[in-house]
Amino acid sequence: MTRMPWLVVICVAGAMVATLGRATTPLVAQTPAPATKKAPAALAPAKAPATFGIGRPATSADIAAVDIDIGPDGTGLPPGRGTAANGAPIYAARCAGCHGKTGKEGPNDILVGRLPGDAFPFARDPRAPKTIGSYWPYATTVFDYIRRAMPPDAPGSLKDEEVYGLVAYLLAANELISQDAVIDAASLPKVKMPAREHFVPDTRGRAKPAAGPNRR
Amino acid sequence: MKVSRRDLLAGAAGAVALGKTAALQSGQPPADPTKVRGKPSRALGQRAPTEKPQRQPRGVTSSGTPHQDLYGTITPADLHFERHHGGVPEIDPKTYSLLIHGMVARPTVFTLADLKRFPAVSRVHFLECSGNFGGRGTTTELTPQQIAGLTSTSEWTGVALSTLFREVGASPKAKWFLAEGQDAAVLTRSIPMSKAYDDAMVTYGQNGEAIRPEQGYPARLFLPGWEGNASVKWLRRIELSDHPFMTREETSKYTDPMADGTARIFSFLMDARSLITYPAYPVTLTRGWVEINGIAWTGSGKIRRVDVSTDGGVTWTPAKLQEPVLSKAHTRFRYLWNWTGGEAVIMSRAVDETGYVQPTKEKLIASRGVSSVGYHTNPITGWRVRGDGTVIYHADPWTTT
Repeated sequence: MTRMPWLVVICVAGAMVATLGRATTPLVAQTPAPATKKAPAALAPAKAPATFGIGRPATSADIAAVDIDIGPDGTGLPPGRGTAANGAPIYAARCAGCHGKTGKEGPNDILVGRLPGDAFPFARDPRAPKTIGSYWPYATTVFDYIRRAMPPDAPGSLKDEEVYGLVAYLLAANELISQDAVIDAASLPKVKMPAREHFVPDTRGRAKPAAGPNRR
Repeated sequence: MKVSRRDLLAGAAGAVALGKTAALQSGQPPADPTKVRGKPSRALGQRAPTEKPQRQPRGVTSSGTPHQDLYGTITPADLHFERHHGGVPEIDPKTYSLLIHGMVARPTVFTLADLKRFPAVSRVHFLECSGNFGGRGTTTELTPQQIAGLTSTSEWTGVALSTLFREVGASPKAKWFLAEGQDAAVLTRSIPMSKAYDDAMVTYGQNGEAIRPEQGYPARLFLPGWEGNASVKWLRRIELSDHPFMTREETSKYTDPMADGTARIFSFLMDARSLITYPAYPVTLTRGWVEINGIAWTGSGKIRRVDVSTDGGVTWTPAKLQEPVLSKAHTRFRYLWNWTGGEAVIMSRAVDETGYVQPTKEKLIASRGVSSVGYHTNPITGWRVRGDGTVIYHADPWTTT
């Protein structure tokens, strides 16, 4: 606050100089800028080092606390196991409210259902639901996603055993495994998902693009 | 010529009109502002009370940018679109950290202050949700915001991801990395390492200030030109690997069924698109000169040309592009048109520096199928100017035959 009056004075004076400057010759003689001297080596801009030494080394505890992802080969799956019978009551209590009594009713994502002959009509039939059985290409994703984000009212709250049970319940409901199959770190990555063969890499923009509007 | 929001409000429904009256009663501007001393300086600026641009929420998980209310190319940060899968988290910047691990020589934890110590870079880029198309049906009373509100442009500041990867000693054998958010969805996407060595960033600045919570405060991944979902917000972890992780977002969502019975996976690139933002619903034109203008953008680099048609796509003429045309950024195009009355359909068509031409709806359907409704839908879009000057969306319904 104490500096405010000076600021006002400077501003007013500056405005006066600017006004005078427009009306008359410049009040201050223009002097050429001094020639740039080469900075001493110590002051010259540094080249980037190999490392900056920023950050701290991560401990195994740091990593274990957040390293929750499951790879498509099952990497990261925890100990534990579950069957559809284990998962059914958990589904009814924690999932059915959003996904429906049998996983087919919604109102949120439809989770259960296969299409005749495992058809893949999603580009032409807007009614074909993208369920775990009809559209999901990897069974490991079901475990990863439920454990990290479900249920929305208590995300990440399910125990590993509960998640294994839910995964078994959903895979069995989709007739991807038998009702009595045990799902664990060894069996989950082996579940065959009918949709997987339909997924292809995106080739847009990779090679020389097709001429003009011919790109798909 | 341009019909202002105030004019529109004046003719709108009762509730809106009441709101206007109340606003004017409380803050009526003086008849002659030169005869009344103005307001004092203040710590935080605000919009003029008569300017009320708003995002338009769709449910609780997204809201769109009001393109019809904006000029130029930069989106004000509070009007940047939002899309989230577990709500907007509140993160304490003092305890925030980013872990980089996996196929690296030195697994490292970076605080926000650490990230800001690295050499920084600022770049102007658009960000677009790949689900950014709201014009499929028969409704004609749609604004630019409703048709394509999920794209915005900001100046993003942060550290190049390649700088961080060099710091931690990324293995040359790593081919993918997982990016993970600190939101309730703990959202994850697998990203090819090549993007890290191209132009990916970890950003903490947006239009000169800290990133807004809806855009990933305090730090997010930013992948220029790629679908917004992959630019993981509230970034807490990056894990380098030799394979993709096949997360829920990149398999059951954000994949594109094709008419040939396949589905594209890892379809990151946002193709070229344009949209006329004036004149557009709900303005009313008066006869005479109109500067048609709008935005065009492409994930493949720079917009090379935008063609405008005022006869429903029969003939096309190049518009003027506002300089500077920046790579992977909204580009404003302008086109002078003398509207002499009578019905007209106005359209725009973007061409990018690779030669890619924004497709018609019919071309998209031929390759993607009529019900491939989710993502990467960038058809040529038009507005119908009616004889009385009212402008409505030129609805072009996507119907199964």
